[in-house]
Amino acid sequence: MALRAEVVTIRVVLPAHLRTLAGVKGEVALDVPAGQGDPPASGAAVTLRGALDALEARYPVLRGTMRDFGTGRRRAFVRFFACQQDLSHEPPDTPLPQPVQAGAEPLLVIGAMAGG
Amino acid sequence: MSGVRVLVGTRKGAFVLTSDGKRASWQVSGPHFGGWEIYHVKGSPAEPDRLYASQSTGWFGQKIQRSDDGGTTWEPVGSEFAYDGVTGTHQWYDGTPHPWEFARVWHLEPSLDDPETVYAGVEDAGLFRSTDGGASWAELAGLRTHKSGPDWAPGAGGMCLHTILLDPVHAGRMFAAISAAGAFRSDDAGQTWRPINKGLHSEGIPSPEAEVGHCVHRIAMHPSRPDVLYMQKHWDVMRTDDAGETWHEISGDLPTDFGFPIAVHAHEPDTVYVVPITSDSLHYPPDGKLRVYRSRSGGNEWQPLTAGLPQQHCYVNVLRDAMDVDSLDTCGIYFGTTGGQVYASADEGDTWTAIAENLPSVLSVEAQTLP
Repeated sequence: MALRAEVVTIRVVLPAHLRTLAGVKGEVALDVPAGQGDPPASGAAVTLRGALDALEARYPVLRGTMRDFGTGRRRAFVRFFACQQDLSHEPPDTPLPQPVQAGAEPLLVIGAMAGG
Repeated sequence: MSGVRVLVGTRKGAFVLTSDGKRASWQVSGPHFGGWEIYHVKGSPAEPDRLYASQSTGWFGQKIQRSDDGGTTWEPVGSEFAYDGVTGTHQWYDGTPHPWEFARVWHLEPSLDDPETVYAGVEDAGLFRSTDGGASWAELAGLRTHKSGPDWAPGAGGMCLHTILLDPVHAGRMFAAISAAGAFRSDDAGQTWRPINKGLHSEGIPSPEAEVGHCVHRIAMHPSRPDVLYMQKHWDVMRTDDAGETWHEISGDLPTDFGFPIAVHAHEPDTVYVVPITSDSLHYPPDGKLRVYRSRSGGNEWQPLTAGLPQQHCYVNVLRDAMDVDSLDTCGIYFGTTGGQVYASADEGDTWTAIAENLPSVLSVEAQTLP
């Protein structure tokens, strides 16, 4: 079945250092093509990978800051939260929670508490 | 009127200090990139308003910033440092093989004649070059893939390539230094390299005269005499007169020959500056007295310079990239401390003044002499 060509607007909250780097204030309203991922997530859902890809496409300076260049792995001290859940350890093609996809709740990019 | 711009990298941002040629009154701007570690900021000798800065944190990784107006405004450029080909392993602290992993850029060395070309020394040790103003970076892999590479091991601060010297006289010659592998030389613009550590003697490695494994903290050159290099090793201050073929010790009458930075006077190739530090286990000045030592004889005889520097209760360190000179008629010397002071001397080190205090811990200091 062909996927619908759909764009969803989600809300993303970046940590302060990444807001400064990207030159944004407050939340980012981000258009994300649904059905991202390889293979595409079922049901034309927005995935974490799709959201981060769209974020990096809009703000190229963020490349390498959340995910390593090359491997694409999440950096050790970066976490992804939404709806009181830690999504950091989910497979990147897992659909984001429905309230995030609906724009009701933001996707939070977190600089982990570390360093004592 | 001529002036000086001092580029200061700290644990929590970059600062730009400027003065006219009198060097009596300083303006401080910053922090630029507040909250980020700025390992190094350096200007292009060919276009002094073109600056490059290494910006990183453990959280969000490495960024390179570029300025075309002397540090007033900045733009991020490329920051993808991908080792070339199969990376292989080096030794880990416990002696086991450890894969090469990029951590950060320690040092940026702009080309002597092309503002778009800049070299980057990184941890884990590797040398990269950009020829498009920092937009993209390619490894000069001949250094990392030297046959001794699998035997290199990190120093306490990581396995960093911290020093890059470009020879202004011999075309294609450059030097690099790595903790704790040693010093290396290329005669073909960075394509191939060989260790130049003969004459170094390091306790604490299995073979004290090994070809590699020496914890070289810094090397310095006077551009008019590039075959002479000065080195502050972990312990020992060293000198070569033949571009690294052989080294000999010039610690002479220093109170301790442990330290990090070493710098050469802008106009006197035999005038050298070091900051002795108590020991490898006590990273602060002997007796709580911050003293720069100057040799006017190319080493061995050293004179303490103390006027204006704290002579009691001082327990800061001066890191390897945190001392530089200007090239005004009377050479100025600058250094920064882990306590956040930047000291300047406008009279070759005879007297010192704090031109910034209470900055974050200083990682690097570069002085630009402006027309």
